Amino acid sequence: MPSVKIARKSTDTDMTPFVDIAFLILSFFIMATKFKPPDIVEIKTPGSVLSQKLPENNAVMISFDSINRVFFTVLSEKDPQKYTDIISEINTEQNLGLTPAEIANFRNIYMVGVPLSGVKQLLGMDAKAVEKIRQPGIPVEDSTNNQLFWWIRAAKNAFAGEKLNYLIKGDANSKYPAFEAVVAALKKNEEFKYNLITQLDGAEASLYEANKAKNK
Amino acid sequence: MASIDTGGDGGQKKGPGVKKAKKLSTRVDMTPMVDLGFLLITFFVFTATMNEPTTLDLNMPKDIKDKKEQTEVKESGVLSVMLGKDDVVYYYEGKLAEDGSNFKSTDFKGIRDVIINKRKEVMDRYVPDPACEAKMAQEGKPTSNCADKDFVVIIKPSKDATYKNTVDILDEMTINQVRTYAMVKIFDQEYELIKKTEEFNQAGIK
Repeated sequence: MPSVKIARKSTDTDMTPFVDIAFLILSFFIMATKFKPPDIVEIKTPGSVLSQKLPENNAVMISFDSINRVFFTVLSEKDPQKYTDIISEINTEQNLGLTPAEIANFRNIYMVGVPLSGVKQLLGMDAKAVEKIRQPGIPVEDSTNNQLFWWIRAAKNAFAGEKLNYLIKGDANSKYPAFEAVVAALKKNEEFKYNLITQLDGAEASLYEANKAKNK
Repeated sequence: MASIDTGGDGGQKKGPGVKKAKKLSTRVDMTPMVDLGFLLITFFVFTATMNEPTTLDLNMPKDIKDKKEQTEVKESGVLSVMLGKDDVVYYYEGKLAEDGSNFKSTDFKGIRDVIINKRKEVMDRYVPDPACEAKMAQEGKPTSNCADKDFVVIIKPSKDATYKNTVDILDEMTINQVRTYAMVKIFDQEYELIKKTEEFNQAGIK
């Protein structure tokens, strides 16, 4: 009886396509990844139904955390000159007596959360060291001494003639007066249009879309 | 294993005089490369910021000192919503009664129905307004916009409300397509009523 010959197949698989795909995905993620700036304070933003994207250039971000400390951030990667303009104006207006080195350091410090009197000390520090210290927040709640006003004014002047977006990033658990004080500082500068930074809330968002479709 | 087949032994002379060259495999073991590849993929997948922040636009009105410039609204179409402590929402329709009898409380789930009902009520009461409809037609907007033009929601967050509450109520405006809403400072009288209701509720629990 002739025995059935079983063809001997190699157990080796050709991995080339596998490797190709793996590296394709890898290169995609390398290019798509943008590293988060260091979080000096933890802010958990509330959810919202709108899925509009955030402007990332030509913007100032005003953040407040869960214990109502207010921080000021300039977002202007495209035009670094703005950082110098803003801090120079604050320097001359408030007579802070900053050295050129301290002015240059402003760009490296992502969030400013100190009273005007503490700015010199803050800018004298290394960016790494700033991450470790606890900033008290910009005083805002006293309406006669709302120092955020000065920062916004300096930014507004530096960006004169260009579109400047005001981003408000608040922690979900912060109290309303902090938000009100921030808005008051903006209003005092004759600015009435803001972007509130939120996170997309999936369930509510679908409800919103359904509602919108129904009303059409 | 993964390799490029070079077909190395085609057309080679075979014979006693020809020394056989040692055949070196051209195959490269790709396993470590794949390992490394996936390790990096995993790393980038995790570090990629997945939940990109989104934004909610907010337009605030100018502080108008002059009484004449202030927008007047019909009392019957006004819904005042106040935000209190612990996610409690207080509301009243029209004008606040002297004795506070129309001052009610609910939560964020309940306020949606209140808004929907109030809007429906205002729209049902609508008497066709040709002037407004003509204007809407001119601007290319649906004439149904006129039906709820008297419907105004006034949002008054108290100092006990959180920022999340504020965003939530603004969201609620978006969900329910309330076109006219305003955020104003809470009146002392209203804040007192909120305080009283809170005290009352606490006493009830005890």
